[in-house]
Amino acid sequence: MTTLTVGERSTVTARPRSPRRRIRAGGAASAILLWVYALAALAPLVIMAFNSLRTEQDLANQPLGLPLHPAFGNYSRAWSEGNFSTYFMNSVLITVTSVVLGTGVSVLAAYPLGRYRFRGRGVLSSYFLAGLMLPIRLGAVPVFYLVNSLTQSMPGVDARFWLICVYAGSGVPFSVFVLTAFFRQLPMELEEAARIDGAGELRIFARIMVPMVRPALTTVALFQFIPLWNDFFFPLVLLRDDQWTLPTGLTRFFGEFEAAHATLSAGLVITTIPLVVLFLVATKQIVAGLTAGISK
Amino acid sequence: MVQAQRRLRRPVGTGGGRPRRRVLLTFLLPALALYTVFIIYPLVSAAEYSLYSWSGNRQDGFTGLSDFHQLFTKYPLSEQVWRALGHNCLFFIGTMLIQTTLGLAFAVLLHKSRRGKRFLQTAYTLPHLVSPIVVGYLWSIMLNPQFGAINAALRDVGLGALAQPWRGDPHLALPVAIVVNAWQWVGFPMLLFGAALAGIPDEYEQAARVDGASSWQVFRRVTLPLLTPVLGIVTVLTFIGTFNVLDLVFALQGSQGNPGFATDTLGLLFYRTAFQNPDPNAIGQSCALAVCMFVLIFGVSLAANKIFRRMEDRLT
Repeated sequence: MTTLTVGERSTVTARPRSPRRRIRAGGAASAILLWVYALAALAPLVIMAFNSLRTEQDLANQPLGLPLHPAFGNYSRAWSEGNFSTYFMNSVLITVTSVVLGTGVSVLAAYPLGRYRFRGRGVLSSYFLAGLMLPIRLGAVPVFYLVNSLTQSMPGVDARFWLICVYAGSGVPFSVFVLTAFFRQLPMELEEAARIDGAGELRIFARIMVPMVRPALTTVALFQFIPLWNDFFFPLVLLRDDQWTLPTGLTRFFGEFEAAHATLSAGLVITTIPLVVLFLVATKQIVAGLTAGISK
Repeated sequence: MVQAQRRLRRPVGTGGGRPRRRVLLTFLLPALALYTVFIIYPLVSAAEYSLYSWSGNRQDGFTGLSDFHQLFTKYPLSEQVWRALGHNCLFFIGTMLIQTTLGLAFAVLLHKSRRGKRFLQTAYTLPHLVSPIVVGYLWSIMLNPQFGAINAALRDVGLGALAQPWRGDPHLALPVAIVVNAWQWVGFPMLLFGAALAGIPDEYEQAARVDGASSWQVFRRVTLPLLTPVLGIVTVLTFIGTFNVLDLVFALQGSQGNPGFATDTLGLLFYRTAFQNPDPNAIGQSCALAVCMFVLIFGVSLAANKIFRRMEDRLT
């Protein structure tokens, strides 16, 4: 225990110095290793961006190179000839609606599960929780026939709507799980004060409870957004090709433009950019959402 | 939906408590309906379909385990199932060796380094934000034998002899897919190990140091045993991930697992059995395969969890 007292008195000055000198050589080697791998992690993404700005000719002559004369022709080719305008709109429409719907129904369900005592609450919670362990893709065949019969019996409704329902349902287990935990830790007094003032259940929920869990809502929405934006499987199985999303569209695009690496790279960048932008915009909210439970 | 609510609202004696039944249902019903109709119902149906024989989409009759029997006896499925399963096992082992080891190494090195930690962490985890489909296509461009960046880089540094048809060689195709997958996911075990390392008090290492232990001994005897719980989690998650792998291989090698099924996996086989299967009993076979995959993945995960629990108990 003597080490502890020594450490306590001079944490700032003495402690790091002596071991650091001994491991300096090892430290330098590990720093080099870490930065080299960082290069390996980022290089393919940088190459993808560079390729998308170079001409096909240039790329074929010199596969590795800088976009010295950046050109955006590849993007317009992918956008119009490669149908990326259609895929992009479908991706935005399907992903955003699914996330809004999935988060909406989950926050509604999580509220009573986190705040009320009622018969069947435990069973319901486990029923929702079970979904975390079920790989939805394994139900692809029944989903296919379900959506097929729904589109046949309701020809007015777009098949994309049913895909949105599948996606929204797939987000429910995780969202309900996280949001229930957040609702549970809110202080009871808030609700009681509002109830004494004569507010109804829905009003308490919408005006007091939902604003309190807003950071968790952002987290939950983001965690749904990424896998749904990236999914290629269900649109491929369930939708006509003019309804496809970006990742699914890529599968056909790569068949059609097989040798046109620059155009293909532009398509890959178009698919990836929205996620990158989302992350740059929302990093703060993500961190806030993740730490909200800890700092409170 | 209004009708459904009315039906469920029937008074049940004790229903008069503070959260009124109608209010409760308004809150719970939308999520319950979406989740039950579009997630649970299809999964339960898949299990049910696997017990019937099918002609196209007409259900012929209850045939018990005959669909499962077909999986293992009817050519070409009988050959493909085992081959795909073998590839998934190799995928899991390769990923554990490359991705988990690297993830652990990076976490340990990052834990000690001061400069640029945040940047390095972001760089390592960035690839896993990208869609596996994009990653697959990006690497298939880079691995192109003539016009790809990898072979070009090898030629530029005078190692042109090492240039390979990376995706076309049946012996290389699977290892290449494993490495690409590891490139995408290595940040994930790194973050998990990193979080666990941050939770280990510095005093443990200092105490061992005072007793004269070398860095390696400290890692081997102090740090690694304390990481056993996370190692268990990482192993199980890696198992689940590699046995479900589909998107990346689909983009890299197509739905057939080219060249010549060298990269076929259970995920691809399931997709083909369900949606590109000339057999009239496609529904029965694919649902039987789905049930087998679920039982395998779920069962092994549970067993592995139990084993790791026991290992933890023995350590403490």
